Amino acid sequence: MPDTARPTLPEARVVTRRRTRLAPVWIVPLVAAAVGVWVAATRILGAGPVITIQLATAEGLEAGKTKVHYNGVDVGSVETIRLSPDHLSVLATVQMAPETEPFLVADTTFWVVSPRISGANVSGLGTLISGAYLGMAIGASKTAQRTFVALDTPPVIAGNQPGRFFVLKTSSLGSLDAGTPIYFRRLQVGQVASYALDPDGASLSVKVFVDTPYDQYVNPNTRFWNASGVDVSLTAAGLKVQTQSLLSILVGGVAFETAADAPLLPPADENATFTLFDSREDAFRAPPRSPQTYQLLFTDSLRGLSVGAPVYFRGIEVGEVAKIDAQIDAQTLRFSAPVTITLDAQRLGIQVKDLPPDADLDALRREFLDRLVAGGVRAQLQAGNLLTGALLVSFDVYPNAPPARIDWAHDPPRLPTIPGELQALENSVASIVKKLDQVPYQAIGDDLRKTLAELDRTLASARATLDNADRLVGNADRLVGNADRLVEPSSVLGAELATTLQELSRAARSLRVLTDYLEQHPESLLRGKPGEAK
Amino acid sequence: MSCPACALVSRPPRGADAGRCPRCDEPLAFRAANSIQRTWAFLIAAAICYVPANLLPVLTTTTPQGSESDTILQGVVLLWSPTGWPLSLIVLVASIMIPSAKILALAYLLLSVQRGWVANPGSRTRAYRIVELIGRWSMVDVFVDTFTAALVQLKPLMAVEPAPGLAFFAAVVVLTMLAVEAFDPRLIWDAIPAEERHA
Repeated sequence: MPDTARPTLPEARVVTRRRTRLAPVWIVPLVAAAVGVWVAATRILGAGPVITIQLATAEGLEAGKTKVHYNGVDVGSVETIRLSPDHLSVLATVQMAPETEPFLVADTTFWVVSPRISGANVSGLGTLISGAYLGMAIGASKTAQRTFVALDTPPVIAGNQPGRFFVLKTSSLGSLDAGTPIYFRRLQVGQVASYALDPDGASLSVKVFVDTPYDQYVNPNTRFWNASGVDVSLTAAGLKVQTQSLLSILVGGVAFETAADAPLLPPADENATFTLFDSREDAFRAPPRSPQTYQLLFTDSLRGLSVGAPVYFRGIEVGEVAKIDAQIDAQTLRFSAPVTITLDAQRLGIQVKDLPPDADLDALRREFLDRLVAGGVRAQLQAGNLLTGALLVSFDVYPNAPPARIDWAHDPPRLPTIPGELQALENSVASIVKKLDQVPYQAIGDDLRKTLAELDRTLASARATLDNADRLVGNADRLVGNADRLVEPSSVLGAELATTLQELSRAARSLRVLTDYLEQHPESLLRGKPGEAK
Repeated sequence: MSCPACALVSRPPRGADAGRCPRCDEPLAFRAANSIQRTWAFLIAAAICYVPANLLPVLTTTTPQGSESDTILQGVVLLWSPTGWPLSLIVLVASIMIPSAKILALAYLLLSVQRGWVANPGSRTRAYRIVELIGRWSMVDVFVDTFTAALVQLKPLMAVEPAPGLAFFAAVVVLTMLAVEAFDPRLIWDAIPAEERHA
């Protein structure tokens, strides 16, 4: 080309250039490589641990989409889902966020969160839209772990919720379930976390969780009771209806309370065991400390007496009926009913603390009871509730009672009784009713009717008589007029006659008024004139 | 020799260097300076960026189901359906095959020049022209994604955000374009004997 160029072409200027061995453009791939390496490094280093979770079912889970949430924060996602080698469960490989590394320890738990509606609570509603996800609770262990077995049911209590667990022992679960609310003074302060049958099969351990700060109100003296539904009890003490809240009526609940007079104790330990009573009444009934068993032999009817009926001492509840039997004496062939009662020594108010520690409590109690019986204390069956006919056992002082003593030889010791007032009361009521029955109401009514009919007729004839009298008076008037003409008014006879006739006239008028009144008010014959009351 | 800026044809000066354009002072060269080296640099950079561009997600879609990041290939898989396969194919061709084809084609051209291959100079030049032509259109992907991200913001129902892979993809496109520009197609013909060039 240069050779063929025409000479008129201007010549390019000469510029000497330094030849560089390596062009600066190589910075571009270096930068690209550096960025690439950096991105790769952050990706690989920031990937976080990969864990395997064993699940019962993969229902609702989707590889690549299902997330792991901890407290609502996305901390990982399910990468793959495959069957376990034994084909019995599902293994999910989960890519966790790098910051979760320290939390993946032996007791960290995972579970599937899907919509869950149980009586007390509706949870996981958000998953209706977003699909199921894996929940996570961080454990306290220090041992790192990479394979986990998911829980079958989501734990009700989040791992980091402040509060404490307690264990309640009960013979039947009733309507309790995970999530059943716990009430303290009708305030919901926690919930049932889980329950399990004890290994011996005899009772259930219900794990409950009480939130902070209410957990401090649980101390060793606290009583828990089942507040499920409406508790209606018809006892000797009357009709009682107890509920905790509308919610507890529907789904049940557990309530706890500490008796106001119980000594203040430090809060109970975590996982302390309590008895779950059936009702509040049960919970606060005599604490079963040193209960004394006695027997009472009644000869009256025990209809209305039930196991659990209260035993009163001068109106104070001191125990309850434990057992009712019936027996027939083989020798006398007389029927009697031994009633076993338990008396709570503490409620009897014996001040144990004033005694020297080495005192023989049993002997002391015997002496005390002997003295009481000598003083006339007897057991008696009494009607607790006239409406229901429920009976109760009452101890009271009967100074006129025949002397008796406690049969200490019998086991349990037999306390003296006197016949119940109820029998007497029943008898007298029966006799009154009988007497009332004998009153001849029918005859009385008939007589009364007859009398009134008679009276009616009498009044009619009285009326006729009065009419006659009226006519008589008219005749008399005429007679008097004739007499007037006959008798000179000025004469003594005339004046006498005039006065007499006036008297007679007035009497006749009175009689007329009376008959008129009687006609209008025949009842006045029986009751008198109403005006007279004034 | 002609000036690349003002197209003034000038006589090359005596000596090795081509000098500058006497009219516009544009540096002149028979062949673009360090063409092969510069092309290689851009090409290698593009190849490096091509890896994360395909491995990293390009779009993050946030729906009530949670957020989801998809790479280009995942997008292709996502779009693939009995009715949507043409769209899927377009994405596959435009976003994966064309960038890689560009890189491979340039690498082939560079190798052919460096090794002094003489075969098919015409078709190689055509290949260069095609690569150059396609260049800017490769950015369509980036445009679509950024537009989507800007338009689909129906928070909290749905939101689309660009993810790091998109930047690398853009870098691949830009770097391949730079590489194409740095390549001097005249080099293709240098290895061929002078008498054959005019044939």
